[in-house]
Order: sequence, then C-alpha cells, then structure tokens
Amino acid sequence: MWRGKDVLSITEFSKQDLRVLFDEAERYLRIIEEGEITEDLKGRILATAFFEPSTRTKLSFQSAMLRLGGKVIDLPPAMASSIAKGENLADTIRMLDAYADIIVIRHKVEGAARFAAKISNSPIINGGDGTRDHPTQAMIDLFTIKRELRKIENLSVGVLGDLKYGRAARSFILGIAKYNPQLYLISPEILKVREDVIDLLEEMNIKYEEVTDLKEVLSELDVLYVTRIQRERFPDPMEYERVKGSYKIDEKTLSGAKDNLIILHPLPRVDELDFSIDKTSHARYFQQAAYGVPVRMAILKLVLSGE
Amino acid sequence: MGERLIVSKIRDGTVIDHIKAGRALEVLKILGISGKEGNIVAVVMNVSSKKLGRKDIVKVEGVELGKEQVDLIALIAPDATINIIRDYDVAEKYRVKVPEKISGLLRCVNPNCITNQPREPIETSFRVVNVSPLKLKCEYCGVVITEELLEKLVEEIA
Repeated sequence: MWRGKDVLSITEFSKQDLRVLFDEAERYLRIIEEGEITEDLKGRILATAFFEPSTRTKLSFQSAMLRLGGKVIDLPPAMASSIAKGENLADTIRMLDAYADIIVIRHKVEGAARFAAKISNSPIINGGDGTRDHPTQAMIDLFTIKRELRKIENLSVGVLGDLKYGRAARSFILGIAKYNPQLYLISPEILKVREDVIDLLEEMNIKYEEVTDLKEVLSELDVLYVTRIQRERFPDPMEYERVKGSYKIDEKTLSGAKDNLIILHPLPRVDELDFSIDKTSHARYFQQAAYGVPVRMAILKLVLSGE
Repeated sequence: MGERLIVSKIRDGTVIDHIKAGRALEVLKILGISGKEGNIVAVVMNVSSKKLGRKDIVKVEGVELGKEQVDLIALIAPDATINIIRDYDVAEKYRVKVPEKISGLLRCVNPNCITNQPREPIETSFRVVNVSPLKLKCEYCGVVITEELLEKLVEEIA
C-alpha cells in the first residue's frame, strides 16, 4: 500500500510493498531504455529540500520526476544553509507543503523527515536523515540485487565499512534482512552496528555474524556491500591509519571470492574500492547508481497515484 | 513495629502506595505536583513493607489522579498501586501499568535528535519496546533508553 504514504524508513515497507515497487521500477527501466516517454505524473510538482549536500539522491529524484512528466522545485542551497544555522524547519516544510505535491528532504538531524511528515499534508520522502535512515537507497540496493542476481532471498551478504554511523549501510542491513540472508557485518571494532540494529535482527531471527576481517568470510559471499569509512569517525588518527588498509578492496583482496559475487556501493567512493575492480564482473555499483532513476520514478508514481 | 504511620487517612483523593523506596520525590515530579497547587500532600519515605522490604507512599488530598497520568509512574516505580479515596473509603484500586507511549515528559538523549533542536514546535515521544527491563525508543531518532538512563532523565524533570 503506497498511495499517500510517507517514505521514512525501510523498516516500514513489507516485502509485498517492495515487490510492487520492483515491478513498477522494471517497467520504468524498460521505458527509459527504449527511449519512450511517460506522463504518469503530468502536472504534479516535486519539491527537493536538501539541507545536506547530495549529488545522486537529489539529481536522480529530479530526473525521475521530470521523466514522469512532472515538474520540480528546489529549495535554494542558500536558504537551506540559513535554515541549517537555526531557522525553523517546521515553517519551511509548511511552505513547501503548500507549493508541492510531494517533498524529498535530506537533513543532518535525526528524525527530521518524520517530523516533517507530521507537519506536511503532502507525502514526505526521506532522502537521508542523520546516521539513521536512507530508505530509497535501500530500495535501490535491493532492486539491484534482484536484477543482477535474479534472486534476493537466502543470499549470503557481507556489509563492510562504517556500520555504526552510515545510514546507507544501516538501511541496507534492515532491508536485506527481510529476505532471510546470512549476514556478515564487517567493520572495525569501533564502527560496529548499533544495538538497535542488532535488536531488530534478533527479533527477525536473522543469521548474522560480526567480523573485523573481510578475508574470514569473503569466499562465502554472494553480495558484498561496501561503504566508506570516514577518517573523522576515529578519535585517534593512528587507529584510522592502522585499520584503513583492511577495508580497501582491490583485485588482490578479491582472490578467493565466488565468481558470481557482486559488489555494491552507495557511492560516492573515495579509496575503499580500487578502480581496478570497475572492469571486473563483480562491479555492479554503476548499475546500482543508474537504477536510482527508475526506482525513484516508481516511488514517486506509487506514492502519488499508486494503489 | 516502631514505624507507625504519622500521616492520617485522607478523606478524598489519591494514595500511591508501594513506590520503590526513595522514589517518592521523583513520583511527584512525574505527576507535576510541586506543592504550590495548594492541596495537602503527604510524602512518606522508607517505611517497611511486606512486599518490598522498604517503600514510599504519596497521598494527595482532594485530587483523583487520572490513569493516564499515574501510569507514567510505572517508569520508575513499576509496583506502585493507586488507591482512589472517596469519603475515607478506597473507591478504586489498581496497579500502575507501563504506558505504550510517553509524550513530552522526557528529553531524548541524542543531541542530534530533531526533538532537541531549538525553535521547532515538537515534543518528545517514546514508545515502550520492552517492559522488563524497561526499554524506550525515541519515535523520531530511534535512540533506545535503558532503565539506567531513564532514572537520570526522570531526575531531570523540572
């Protein structure tokens, strides 16, 4: 059930919801590939309000709305920054609510999207809030797995990087958990997933293992989801220097991996994925980024005029 | 037994019994009773109890506290019982029950939570995700508040 629903967290979508989404995304992918034109959201307006920098999420939402025949308005970055400095978010949302039919918001403060949803009559899509949720990224990630591996259930999935503060990683873990995976959570000790994620995994009866070394589990994996480890997260720079090499992936790292292992990354990458991987059959992160448009088209369509 | 209650019976009002010893003042805070309201309030602390060993009791004359209000007490005194007194008789008696949701009472411990942003018209909201041990979850940022933390947060209530 999508129509009129706020898209705030991947945990609020069932497998059935996601199946509907993936079917719609397939349809839009075909339309894009065949160069067809659709006007499914003609006359509708999307507002993008990004209080934190974004390239892919903002542009792909805007591209998605334009491809659906709708129009886009964008909160000017200067205004976003003055709000970030302490002006009131609630009033800004009320304004956007009046100007648009649907709003995508990204904010560094946790719960900002949920708060916006309480204020706004127009549906709110969370384009990333703080260190918690990035539901549409998780939807794209799951769609990528389904397309690239032709299945999504019962896979062996490694998630590597900053599992504590990374919202893409967190959302992906909670998304893939719906499909009965064997999960390997691979991170330095200080960036392990937080207790609330572990609680949810336990509640869902998911098989998971927390490891610090990719080598221990690499040969098992069908999917490796890589995220960036930010230097700023380490209180001690020496600690960062010590661990960073272990979370950098190049061709050598991948010896011993299954032939059909696929590697995903929400991008942007810095140096955690060596360019040498790009040409291998493992690399699927550019497809993943490209799927951003059809999946977001499907989200906009379903929320504004779906079932 | 050497510990005779020196507080007499109330005629009409609410008696909160079986409060964990030493918690009576926090119970008053949760109920928003400061004493300035003018009602007679009796606070009895650390008296012996068959059930709890030691316990606190609070009596408020002239006010029948509502269930929604007293259930908040369960956050720090899960065994507390409420007696509604009418004309010196116990008219209703029940045990407090942890509410499903707690709005506006406690602050969220996550400084990056939207509820801690200045100038936003928002009150905190926690869902109780586990009763024993008590665990609350912020509806906005998802932070989990454990029993230990909860005690500190209750102390903070002005």
